[in-house]
Amino acid sequence: MATSLEINGRTVQVEAAPDTPLLWVLRDEAGLTGSKYGCGVGQCGACTVLADGAPVRSCSLPVSALAGVKITTIEGLGGTHPVQDAWVKLDVPQCGYCQSGQIMSAVALLAGNANPSDADIDAAMDGNICRCGAYQRIRAAIREAAAQSRA
Amino acid sequence: MNAHVDTDAAQAGATRRELVVGTALVSGALLVGCSPADLLAVGAKTEVGAFGPFIRIAADGAVTVFNKHIEFGQGTHAGLAAIVAEELDADWSRVSVEQAPANAKLYANTLMGVQGTGGSTAIPNSWMQLRKAGAAARAMFTAAAAAAWKVPETELTVKDGVVSHAASGKSAGFGELLQAASAITPPSEPKLKSHADFTLIGTDRVRRKDSRAKSTGEARYTQDVKMEGLLTAVVAHAPRFGAKVSGFDDAEARKVAGVVDVIQIPTGVAVVARSTWAALQGRNALKVTWDEAKAEPLGSAEIEAKYAEWAAGKGALPEKLKWETFETRGDAAAAGDGEIFEATYDFPFLAHATMEPMNCVAQVGGKGGVKLTVASQSPTLDQLNTARIAMTLPGSVQIENLFAGGSFGRRANFQSDFVAECVHIAKKVGKGTPVKLVWTREDDMAAGYFRPLTHHRVKVRMDKDGFPAAWTHRVVTQSLMKGSPMAPKGIDTSTVEGAMGSPYLKATPAVDGQVLMPELGVPVLWWRSVGATHTAFVMEHTIDQLARKAGKDPVAYRLALFEKAGANRHIAVLKLAAEKAGWDTPAPAGVTRGVAVHESFGSVVAQIAEVRIVDGVPKVGRVVSAIDCGTAISPDQIAAQVEGGTCYGLSATLHDEMILKAGAVERRNFDTYPVLRNSEAPTVETHILPSTNAPSGVGEPGTPVIGPAVANAVLAATGKATLRLPMIRA
Repeated sequence: MATSLEINGRTVQVEAAPDTPLLWVLRDEAGLTGSKYGCGVGQCGACTVLADGAPVRSCSLPVSALAGVKITTIEGLGGTHPVQDAWVKLDVPQCGYCQSGQIMSAVALLAGNANPSDADIDAAMDGNICRCGAYQRIRAAIREAAAQSRA
Repeated sequence: MNAHVDTDAAQAGATRRELVVGTALVSGALLVGCSPADLLAVGAKTEVGAFGPFIRIAADGAVTVFNKHIEFGQGTHAGLAAIVAEELDADWSRVSVEQAPANAKLYANTLMGVQGTGGSTAIPNSWMQLRKAGAAARAMFTAAAAAAWKVPETELTVKDGVVSHAASGKSAGFGELLQAASAITPPSEPKLKSHADFTLIGTDRVRRKDSRAKSTGEARYTQDVKMEGLLTAVVAHAPRFGAKVSGFDDAEARKVAGVVDVIQIPTGVAVVARSTWAALQGRNALKVTWDEAKAEPLGSAEIEAKYAEWAAGKGALPEKLKWETFETRGDAAAAGDGEIFEATYDFPFLAHATMEPMNCVAQVGGKGGVKLTVASQSPTLDQLNTARIAMTLPGSVQIENLFAGGSFGRRANFQSDFVAECVHIAKKVGKGTPVKLVWTREDDMAAGYFRPLTHHRVKVRMDKDGFPAAWTHRVVTQSLMKGSPMAPKGIDTSTVEGAMGSPYLKATPAVDGQVLMPELGVPVLWWRSVGATHTAFVMEHTIDQLARKAGKDPVAYRLALFEKAGANRHIAVLKLAAEKAGWDTPAPAGVTRGVAVHESFGSVVAQIAEVRIVDGVPKVGRVVSAIDCGTAISPDQIAAQVEGGTCYGLSATLHDEMILKAGAVERRNFDTYPVLRNSEAPTVETHILPSTNAPSGVGEPGTPVIGPAVANAVLAATGKATLRLPMIRA
């Protein structure tokens, strides 16, 4: 069935069963492959997108629940968002597969907290697994983006 | 494009003959000891430009370096390109990287003989090859400029892609000289720079080339492949290792909207659909019955118990299974006066658990030939295994190599398991239709290829000074190589590397090291740092316990043993780490320090971990690392690999454990298979020992050291040894 979604500021019509998780609609129907499949059960965070600004796991969110909700994916950040610039500056990514989700969680954190403490960062980022273990640079890049945004 | 006949039958007929000839040639070549790479490349249609297989230069002077290795996070895009750029004197900001196609001859790993990435060899095997490629291309530009300007070539300089002649004031960029340079015959032995002349290698300018693409969602992984008419397949796999399909009912699966076919393949039953979600729903509706007659009967607990019995000399060994010696000197069983230390250590099966579950895109039976679009760690193996199924010449199998969402060893195996599965499906679908095989996390975790469950039993008799006088060591673990084309004639050293060759054993007068390699139905594989994942822990944690028994400082005790063994690189990194960590100064209140040193893949790493016990659980804070990896190409990426390798090793130290019950994988997702998360990740400092030796491995050596460093810090805090990993059992 056709569902209307608001993704990255555009209204997108997609053909999908109502129980289809947002992730597969983004990837297979809307052509937005930046959000990744990692676990399918909301455990790893690779699929993280923003729903009305809040970080959500798109692998576990059926499209039927998203009428009128503004979805932002990694593609919607524009490529030179301060968080993305900080990621590049510190060469955070290794394999890179989890980084879209990491960045979306970081964007949501900084949107609500311009100067997060280490504990704030831990709390916001513990839902995003990075098997390459880029955690130390992820934390540093969040601090870097926060500093740049305050400057 | 490769020439392929149209009908399936004719194709099978024609190519089967070719394949038989090809296989016979390869076997023959192996018999007489020559490299099979030439023969494995038969059928390849790789275009090579004027500057050879690794370098392309555009009319505007921009340089492209072809990466024969996979980029799965370890930073080959930075390191390999920098080697070329250094000798070419290219403008680093105008150097980009493309993945090379599959070609066993042109793109062979010089340490393997065929194309593949592993053993932390990407930089070491490419070092001289890419320096020569860069230097030869540079010589072509200077020769062209010398001829055009009628000046001696020796008076020319090259900087940032511009050739200059100071006396005449003439200069020209690579783009301007391109046509003339392309016509020059490249020198076969071009002059290479000395280390003192390096301007890029070893500097902080050598940074990743892929960070922007990997921060915007643009980086392309196998999971992201889109093609006209692409179908997605998921497979219902056997619930236990060794079980086979006995029958299936696909009536309900075929009713799911979007499902186009249900196909039996050797590894299960595939549901092919127009979208991932439809394929998954189809699989949910599929009913498969399994023949479990030959399924693995044991669970991990029984395997662990059996291994411990065998190592203790209890219980009969299965037929044909026997202990094999990996290191022997003197009479380790002889009686002596000194104190006796005894311990056993247990290590579980481990999943690689890459962030991107295994997947592949294959096209078979079309006019374009057989093609894989996949993150391929071992292109030659993937070509061979694909060719066997698709009935074609291995060299003719095209591979478009993509970024991989991690591997840690998982993507390279002798069966090309997930690639072969995809090729089987694509062959049945036929007509060149692209088929993307998608594994869910559960499929990925249940497929095996684990780091083998391993048991160690150590007995050390100490001399009057507290140093080892006799060392008896037993290891029980599955072989990674048995039955493979790479099976060694003697023992499979990957099972004991790190114990075998240890400077501690070298410093011990009597040694008796033996390994037992049982066969099980559980597929096992190299896992980042391979044998060192367990041997480093056993050696380094044992040494700390011996030092404590002897009443000696763990660093001083190691230094004394390294002196005896002549292990100068170990001494250098240990001293550097100890100095940087302030080993001789008191640790912060509530913190204990643990040290470990290990050599793997040609590099030596020392780490000192600061640990605080919080609610009975070790919390690792600062980790000071020193690494000797020969010439450092990219200091920043070496640091990144040590940081990441440390996290990977710490995850296994604290959490990772694969549980099997009667040959079935119990833990299939991150809810039951916990891994290291951000709040547990340490802050790692990396100090690189200055060196002009050839570069050695970096991707793996950072992994095995953290485990024993943490265990030794816990030992210092609690007096208790860690005899089984992980420390925190879920």
